[in-house]
Amino acid sequence: MRTISGLYYRFKRIWKAIRLYLMISGPGIIVMLADNDAGGITTYAATGAKYGYALIWFLVLLGPIAYYVQEMTVRLGAVTKRGHAEAIFDAFGSFWGWFSLLDLVLVNWLTLVTEFIGMTAALSIFGVPPILTVIMVCVIMGIMVLRGKYWTWEKISFLFCALNLVYIPAAFMVHPSVSDIIHQGMIPNFPGGFSAQLFFFLMANIGTTIAPWMIFFQQSSVVDKGLQEKDIPWGKLDTMIGAFFTVLVAIFCIVVTGTLLKGVDIQSAAEAATQLLTVNTYIGTFLAIGLFNAGFLGAICISLASSWAFGEVFGWAHSLNHNIKEAPWFYASYFLTLITAGSITLIPGAPLVLITLFVQVIAVTLLPAALVFLILLLNDASIMGKFRNSLLQNIISVTIVVALILLSTLYSLSALFPSLFAA
Amino acid sequence: MFSSLLRKIGTLFPFRFQKIREINRRYAKPRIHTSPGVSLALLFLRLYLIFLVAVLCYKFVTIIR
Repeated sequence: MRTISGLYYRFKRIWKAIRLYLMISGPGIIVMLADNDAGGITTYAATGAKYGYALIWFLVLLGPIAYYVQEMTVRLGAVTKRGHAEAIFDAFGSFWGWFSLLDLVLVNWLTLVTEFIGMTAALSIFGVPPILTVIMVCVIMGIMVLRGKYWTWEKISFLFCALNLVYIPAAFMVHPSVSDIIHQGMIPNFPGGFSAQLFFFLMANIGTTIAPWMIFFQQSSVVDKGLQEKDIPWGKLDTMIGAFFTVLVAIFCIVVTGTLLKGVDIQSAAEAATQLLTVNTYIGTFLAIGLFNAGFLGAICISLASSWAFGEVFGWAHSLNHNIKEAPWFYASYFLTLITAGSITLIPGAPLVLITLFVQVIAVTLLPAALVFLILLLNDASIMGKFRNSLLQNIISVTIVVALILLSTLYSLSALFPSLFAA
Repeated sequence: MFSSLLRKIGTLFPFRFQKIREINRRYAKPRIHTSPGVSLALLFLRLYLIFLVAVLCYKFVTIIR
């Protein structure tokens, strides 16, 4: 009898913990899965097509990197109750504040254009005209936020996060050799030697792992959700689960293209989906749906990151818990970003390739600043109190940040000057 | 001439410029404790940005040539 009651109370305790986690979970999972946006899926598809399973080990390494950077935003948001933009203004003054805010808005807008490029390309495979895609996306995203409830927005976002897992069944459908995945993919190696092209691919994968908008988005999201200091362990768990899934999706995407398109040079995920349609209709369809969903998930987070940042700095009401009458400027900036970015993709002859190149270059002007500010803020005892970085956390985070700054700079230089690393 | 142009633009959007001035005033004094580490990190960021701007200018010049 005592054993049964013991088991019952243990079950109740675990169930209570799960319920608490489900209430607090959200920002970490959403930001991490949105990290696999249209650009990310394109990078993974191209990596798989070029090198097969050989670089899976590298993606596994990127999971903890993403986690360590993003968990700092959870602590900072929960302790200061401020978004990253406002925290920079407050701690470093208006020069760095304006620099970060304006750079963020520019990078986000350009990234949003690339998400629309991905979404329109994905749906054009099914014969949907780009204008219809843009209108549909704007309407759905409008419905998501106009209910005036953070909770509603988050739960709808979870649905799109679940759709991001479409690459998992797709990978099982291509019947890959598990032995090949383990032997070729899990043991660190550089296929064909450490060439300039391989270096470019490695840097592109790093570039998709940590983006400036992710830091701003998750911190603002933690604040809007109302996470407290006591919720930090749950927020960190949420981020860890998100990091696990983001790597999982990336690996399965590589498995799909690595199995069916190995050795093929592809320029975009839409091109991969079109090629896969000729091999297997279902897998090609899954890849196209996944690409659209990735772009959509990226778009809902990126447009919000800008609006939150503006609201924080200008002192506007800036919560998803406010309706359009209570927070008109917040929603105006949200829709303005969305509609202008979508419209750009509809302009015939718009320099979309140049915009994609620009995203890589401009992002690197903001990423180092955002990361350095993050570490400095996390080390300030007057701001963080007992939640500031420990020595071990500093060693890990500083190593990650230095490596990210170095590699992302090289990536943007190689995008600007392709011949620089060609030798 | 430049300042008069700014004043004219300012009269078009008086509320926005007032708001920006207010934000600048509010955040005029950085709150973070300026230790040598912080100063060094901010110096690095300034130099890094100057380097990036120089690279972008160089690329722009080579494109228009």
